[in-house]
Amino acid sequence: MKKTPPRLAPVLESLPTKQIQLLERRLFLKHSLSLGALALLTGCDVTDADAVQKVLWAMSKWNDRVQALLFNPSKLAPTYPESAIAKPFPFNAYYGEDEVIEVDPGGYKLALSGLIRDKKPWTLTELYALPQVSQVTRHVCVEGWSAIGKWTGVPFRHFLERVGADLSAKYVGFNCLDGYYTSIDMATALHPQTQLTFQFADRTLPAKYGFPMKLRMPTKLGFKNPKHIAEIFVTNQFPGGYWEDQGYNWFSGS
Amino acid sequence: MDSIPAAPPNATIHPLVVRICHWINVVAISIMVLSGWRIYDASPLFPFRFPPDLTLGGWLAGALQWHFAAMWLLVANGLAYVLYGVFSGHYRRSFFPLTWGAILHEFANLLHGRISHRLGVYNPLQKSAYLVVILLGIALVLSGLSIWKPVQLQELAALMGGYEGARRVHFFAMAGVVGFVVVHVVMVMLVPRTLVPMFTGHAPREGGK
Ligand code: HEM
Repeated sequence: MKKTPPRLAPVLESLPTKQIQLLERRLFLKHSLSLGALALLTGCDVTDADAVQKVLWAMSKWNDRVQALLFNPSKLAPTYPESAIAKPFPFNAYYGEDEVIEVDPGGYKLALSGLIRDKKPWTLTELYALPQVSQVTRHVCVEGWSAIGKWTGVPFRHFLERVGADLSAKYVGFNCLDGYYTSIDMATALHPQTQLTFQFADRTLPAKYGFPMKLRMPTKLGFKNPKHIAEIFVTNQFPGGYWEDQGYNWFSGS
Repeated sequence: MDSIPAAPPNATIHPLVVRICHWINVVAISIMVLSGWRIYDASPLFPFRFPPDLTLGGWLAGALQWHFAAMWLLVANGLAYVLYGVFSGHYRRSFFPLTWGAILHEFANLLHGRISHRLGVYNPLQKSAYLVVILLGIALVLSGLSIWKPVQLQELAALMGGYEGARRVHFFAMAGVVGFVVVHVVMVMLVPRTLVPMFTGHAPREGGK
């Protein structure tokens, strides 16, 4: 009845207060659904809330599968003229803008692990030497707002091929310097517009947009685009993600 | 005076499929609207928010889970209803003929405090309201698909004015449906003898004779 979801306890210690409040709010709501929900659940007792939760999770998993089927690997996201770029481009993270981390470019190394042949870490200089392209695309946030931006970097497919990643694996996962983590399906990782990004609006990626490097995917919602990437791994085990583990849909494709 | 005769006592005035779809739709629409309000609140399009206590889901992720679960119920049920309505002749029989003149005439009646109602026969205002809400439902689903998949379904999204346009279409279609529901429920309260047949399908015998 009053069982705490197993995942939350260890997570709580490592989270900023704002986030803990969010999680507490969620725990509270798990046990006392809002008025609207109660109205809909009239006739059910409170323990049914857990059953409802299970159905909703199952439906979210089902929606992952449907979205994977809907995903067309060669369908490009619309692109826009540079005049459409949002200024200022909104900041968003699981913490406030004043808590953005500063990364020392000299000491930075990108780690690789999992089903990757060449796991040698990459310095920024080496990364910057890779062939780069730009895109002006729409970033769509799960909250509903959207903003057009310009991102420059190496096509992720090129990078994955270069390091000898197993392209038949299911997932690519990301661990980030700010404690964030997420993962994506291989089909999206290989999409022509999926980009390991070093620049925003023709300038070195600022700290608030993910210095030194983020993954830009116009085919997924904003929170699926990890910033401050520290490690990339390829795996067949479902890696989940920071928001995904709390209930946001994992595939979250656009 | 009404030229249309009332249905004979105990005749089926609402087909079973229509009744089942109608009440499933009430559940689906309620979930969609209440969770949709929570999603709206995460990034309001207009300078107001829906009171969080009136919403469903508890927080954004919960609301999205409800919304993307109930959309399957809404669409499957809506498709069943519309396909039945078109191919069984239910729409042709119940919603037509319909003329602007008849709608205006009925509206004038309403302004004079008169509602024509024969059980089993929709008046012209009802017919037009039902047709409009069905179209609004279709607009809701199409704009919803455009917001959900602005890349994969970008041709559809383009018809809605792109991602941002589709958000507005979705909002106003919701507002239209909610407006319809408010009026619809008030009308049922004004003519309460219409309610039971929407469950049983039959017109009750007059005056319990
Ligand atoms: C608690 C809420 C509701 C109640 C009590 C209710 C009640 C009714 C009743 C009594 C009728 C038959 C009217 C008559 O015989 O004159 C009816 C028909 C109808 N209602 Fe509702 N309704 C509700 C919610 C909704 C919602 C949410 C929608 C759609 C968004 C809706 C759409 C319709 C339609 C389209 C018809 C005509 C059905 C047909 O003949 O094909 N209703 N409703």
